[in-house]
Amino acid sequence: MQTIRFLLYKEFLQIFRNRVMLPILFIMPVVQLLVLSFAATYELKEVHFVLVDLDHSPSSRDLSAKFQASGYFALADATSNIEEAITMMDRGEIRMILTIPQNFHRDITIGRPAPVQLMIDAVDGVSAGLIQSYSGAIIRDFNSDRKGGIFLQTISQPNQQYQSINVIPVYWYNPDLNYINFMVPGILVVLVTMIGVFLSGMNIVREKEIGTIEQLNVTPIRKYQFITGKLIPFWIIGMVDLLIGLALARYGFNIPFLGSLWLILAVAGIYLVLVQSVGLLISTITSTQQQAMFIAWFMMVIFILMGGLFTPIESMPVWAQNLTLANPVAWFIKIMRMVLLKGAGWYEIKWMVLLLTGMAAFFIAASINRYNKTSS
Amino acid sequence: MNPIIQINNLNKSFGQVHALKSISLEVNESELFGIIGPDGAGKTTLFRTLATLYTPDSGNVSVLGYDVVRDYKKIRPLLGYMPGRFSLYQDLTVEENIRFFASVFGTTLEENYKLVEPVYRQIEPFKNRLAGDLSGGMKQKLALSCALIHKPRLLILDEPTTGVDAVSRVEFWDMLAILVKDVTIIVATPYMDEARRCNRVAFIQEGEILQVDTPEAIVKSFKKPLFGVSHKNRFKLIRALKNYPYSESVHTFGDSIHYTDQRDLPDLDGLKTYLHDMGLENVEIGTLIPGIEDSFMALVLKEANHA
Repeated sequence: MQTIRFLLYKEFLQIFRNRVMLPILFIMPVVQLLVLSFAATYELKEVHFVLVDLDHSPSSRDLSAKFQASGYFALADATSNIEEAITMMDRGEIRMILTIPQNFHRDITIGRPAPVQLMIDAVDGVSAGLIQSYSGAIIRDFNSDRKGGIFLQTISQPNQQYQSINVIPVYWYNPDLNYINFMVPGILVVLVTMIGVFLSGMNIVREKEIGTIEQLNVTPIRKYQFITGKLIPFWIIGMVDLLIGLALARYGFNIPFLGSLWLILAVAGIYLVLVQSVGLLISTITSTQQQAMFIAWFMMVIFILMGGLFTPIESMPVWAQNLTLANPVAWFIKIMRMVLLKGAGWYEIKWMVLLLTGMAAFFIAASINRYNKTSS
Repeated sequence: MNPIIQINNLNKSFGQVHALKSISLEVNESELFGIIGPDGAGKTTLFRTLATLYTPDSGNVSVLGYDVVRDYKKIRPLLGYMPGRFSLYQDLTVEENIRFFASVFGTTLEENYKLVEPVYRQIEPFKNRLAGDLSGGMKQKLALSCALIHKPRLLILDEPTTGVDAVSRVEFWDMLAILVKDVTIIVATPYMDEARRCNRVAFIQEGEILQVDTPEAIVKSFKKPLFGVSHKNRFKLIRALKNYPYSESVHTFGDSIHYTDQRDLPDLDGLKTYLHDMGLENVEIGTLIPGIEDSFMALVLKEANHA
C-alpha cells in the first residue's frame, strides 16, 4: 500500500510537470464536445434546389412555395429545361431537382393522382435520405389540403402514395430529433476511451523506451503495485474529464439527464478500467511509443466506427453486428444513451454492465499476466 | 569466506547469438571487481543475469547466496543496479529521484544519508534541478546515489563511465574506492586503463572469460619483451611490421606501435635493417613496460590462435 502511494506520488509529479499534455487533458473534453457536436451534424439546412416547372399553374407555384417556406430548401433557379438542371447538379451547385410535369394542376383539381419527380444528389447517402424524407413531409402536408394528392416518384419506391392514411409520427426519447442529444453521450464515451487506451499504456511504454523500467524492475516493487500505480492516475483524470464533459452536456447543450448520474459514473469507472487494461495489454507487446500509438489508434478507429456513434449498429451487416458484441465502446455508448436520454436504471442495463465488468476482468488478468519483470 | 557472486557454467543465447559461453566466476566480499572487455563482449548480458533480469539458459548463478532464478525476489532488495543507459526519471529533480528510489525500497534519504554521502554531496547543490538537465558525469553520480540509497550488499555497475569526461571518470573511481569498504562492487568497463583501479579483473571477449586475476598479476603474466616502435608514416610501419617474418603481435597504442617478437631474444638490429630495406628510415625503437592493455591483446591473440 505504501509502495503504491509512492508510485502514485511520482506519477502525479510527472503528470503535473508535463506542460504540454496537462492543459490538453482538461481542454480536450470541451473542444471535443464543441467541435464534434456542432460540426458533425446530420441536420439539413439550406438545401439548394432547382425547380423544373412544366405546368406553370397555381398548384405548381403553391408546391414550390411550400418547399421554400419549409426553411430547409432554398430555390437556386427555376427553369423549364431539365438538362440545364442536371448540369447544375453535376457541377455540385444544387442537391435536388424538383420536376412538376404538365397537367399537374388539372389532375390534382379533379382528384386524380398527380406525379412529381425528385432527383437527389446521393453522393452523401445520409443527407440524400434526409432530403427525401423532408420532401416527403412537405408533400404530405401539401396533400392534406387537397382532394387528389400527389404521389412521389422515386426510383427505389415508385408510386409512393401520400394520400389515404395520415401518418403523424411521434419520436420518443428525442422528440425534436435533436442531433446533439444523440451525439453528445457518444462523444463522451470516445473521450473516456481515448484517455483510457492511450495514456496508461503509453506511459508504461515510455518507461520502457527511456530505460527507467530496467531500474524499476530490480526494485522490490510488485507487478500489481506497478500496474495499479499506472492505472489510478489516468483513471482519475478520465473521471474528471468525464465530469467536465457531463457538466458541459447538461448545462451547455441542455442534454436531458433522465437517468442517474451515479449510475453513469459507476459504469464509467468500470469501463475505464477495461479500456486502460486494453492499453496496458498493448504496452506489454510493444517496446516503443510509436508502435503502441499505432496499434492503439488502429483499435480505436475500429472500436469507434463500429461503436454506433455515427452509424446505427442495426444497419450494419449481421457479421459486423456480431463483432460489435465484443466492442466495449458500442456497449458504453448504448448505456450512456439509454441512461441519459431514456432514463434507464440498473435493471435495464444490468447485463451490459456485467458484460463490461467481465471484459475488464479478462483484460486486466491478461495484461498482468503478460507484463513480466524479467525478460527471457 | 563465502563468495558474493558464484557463477558456474553460465550460458545465454539470443537466437543465433551465443552471448555468454560457459562462464564461471567468483566475486568475493568487499571486492571491487572489474569486467573488462570490448563492446559486444557480453558484459551487459552477464550483468542483467546477475541483476535477475535475464534467466540463464543453463548453468548456476547465485548472488549473495541466492539462486537468481528461484530466489530473485530475495536478491532484488539487496542489489544496487545501475544499467548502462541512464535510467532515472529525467522529468523529476535530483532530489525527487533519490527520494523515490529510497521510498520504493522502504527507506528514506535521511536514514541512509551517511552511506550515499560521498557521492550525493557532490550533486546536492543541484538537488532541485531536473535529472534530464544534468551533465553526463553528474547523471552518473545521481544514478550511483540512487543505486546505493537502500544500502545494498552488492553494487552492479554496467559501464558507469561510458560517455563521461576524463576528470569525472577519475572522480567516479575515487568514489568507488571509498564505497567498496561497505559494499561489494562489480563493474563493467570497456576502458583498459580503469582495470588497474580494481582489486581483481576478468577479461571477457565474445562471451568468454579469458583471464581472471589482480591487475598486477595480469601485467606480470606478460613475459615477452615489449617494444614501442614509431615512425611518421604509421600506416607503412604497421604493414612492414606485420610482414616481418618474426613478428608476433603488432598493435597501435596512441602514438607508437607496440610490437612483440616470436623469438625469446629479439634481434633489434635485424629489425631495423629490415625496416630500412622497406623504405622506413630513422625508426625509433624502445623497450616498454607492458600494461594491462598489452596483456589483454596478448590474451585475445592467444585465444584466436587457439581456435
